[in-house]
Amino acid sequence: MSGVYAGPVQDLIDELGRLPGVGPKSAQRIAFHLLKVEPADAARLAAAIIEVKERVAFCERCFNIAERGAECSICTDSRRETSMVCVVEEPRDIVAVERTQEFRGRYHVLQGAISPIDGIGPEQLKVRELLVRIEAEGIDEVILATNPNIEGEATATYLARLLSPLGISVTKIASGLPVGGDLEYADELTLGRALEGRRAVGE
Amino acid sequence: MSLYRDSGVVLRTFKLGEADRIVSIMTRNNGKVRAVAKGVRKTRSKFGARLEPSSHVNLQLYRTRGDLDIVTQAETVDRFPNLRTDLDRFSRASAMLEAVDQLAQESEVNRRLYEMLVRALRTVADTESPLVAAGFFWKVLSLEGFEPFLDACVSCGGEPVVAFDLHEGGVLCQSCRRGRAISPEALALMRQILGGQLGAALNEPISAATNEVDHLAGEAMEHHLERRLRSLGVLGQS
Ligand SMILES: [Zn+2]
Ligand SMILES: [Zn+2]
Repeated sequence: MSGVYAGPVQDLIDELGRLPGVGPKSAQRIAFHLLKVEPADAARLAAAIIEVKERVAFCERCFNIAERGAECSICTDSRRETSMVCVVEEPRDIVAVERTQEFRGRYHVLQGAISPIDGIGPEQLKVRELLVRIEAEGIDEVILATNPNIEGEATATYLARLLSPLGISVTKIASGLPVGGDLEYADELTLGRALEGRRAVGE
Repeated sequence: MSLYRDSGVVLRTFKLGEADRIVSIMTRNNGKVRAVAKGVRKTRSKFGARLEPSSHVNLQLYRTRGDLDIVTQAETVDRFPNLRTDLDRFSRASAMLEAVDQLAQESEVNRRLYEMLVRALRTVADTESPLVAAGFFWKVLSLEGFEPFLDACVSCGGEPVVAFDLHEGGVLCQSCRRGRAISPEALALMRQILGGQLGAALNEPISAATNEVDHLAGEAMEHHLERRLRSLGVLGQS
């Protein structure tokens, strides 16, 4: 597939092809679409990408989305309990848990889940950072809210084993969530009930 | 376009659009099949839990004219919940699924490979054996026609042997040595695995020799596939 088109067009197709969910055919289609749009429209898209990369990064404490060099709006909210942390895979899962209005603590975003087939183990996730926080912030309760699929469950079990010896409360959101799905698609009622029914896991 | 039924092991899944997944399945009667499972990422989907990597399922599929079939029904045969309780087990199982995904060809029936995979997954789930993936890899490699020569030096026929080399395809004596060193204990395990005593090898507790055989098997599989197995990089992180 590579090298069919000259220089800049092929570069654009290659870059688009790196995006999640975009195969070579879609990359080509998007590239040819962009070749046809008004220069001002293309410039706006390019500017939005540059802007987001310049201004937005990950929270220095919890790895949620935040303004560059700062903490996120949840970490800086003085009304949140600091002794309680809810561990999620991705920033968008925070949105899902927040919708339930069941949780008043802070979060920790792992930025993924254990998936050996993708080369992702604990070392590729924000696990070490979580351990540092537990010590430094006096966290005494950790709620594991990873996706109820094989990668999420393996991640939760791994974390439960790692955290249990620290003498803190480690709970995992209860089922009620059908196994195999993504947390971001749960409705707030189901997810709220799952949070209520969380239970101790580990040794 | 037609409906067909088969059983298979889910090897990999990829997100597709908002809520669908593409699943790659090693089937009993149709070789490797790639199919779309619609709506599986919604937490209410009845498919979701059944179509995760490592799930052994009975399927009904819709054959389309395109590359991808469509899953219309899935029933669980084996679900291996133990795989998710231990990172090493999960990594070993993933390495096997990854290797089969690379080896198996679409619409090329390979019932032996399917049966070996099912048996190996059951063994990973039910035992603590450190040699499940290694045993599986060596057996699959010999099924593929790559069976290392372990009786005597592959180059001169001499003994004792002290090294193992993938390019030579077997063990080597001190004067012909090439490749990597192999201990007598690891060699004995390899001979068991490939000499019809896999069960005995699987009962071995973890040791330096089992680690050696495990490494060697991973290298041999990567050599055969001509690519790296990413799951092996996660093994040992726990
Ligand atoms: Zn934060
Ligand atoms: Zn020799």
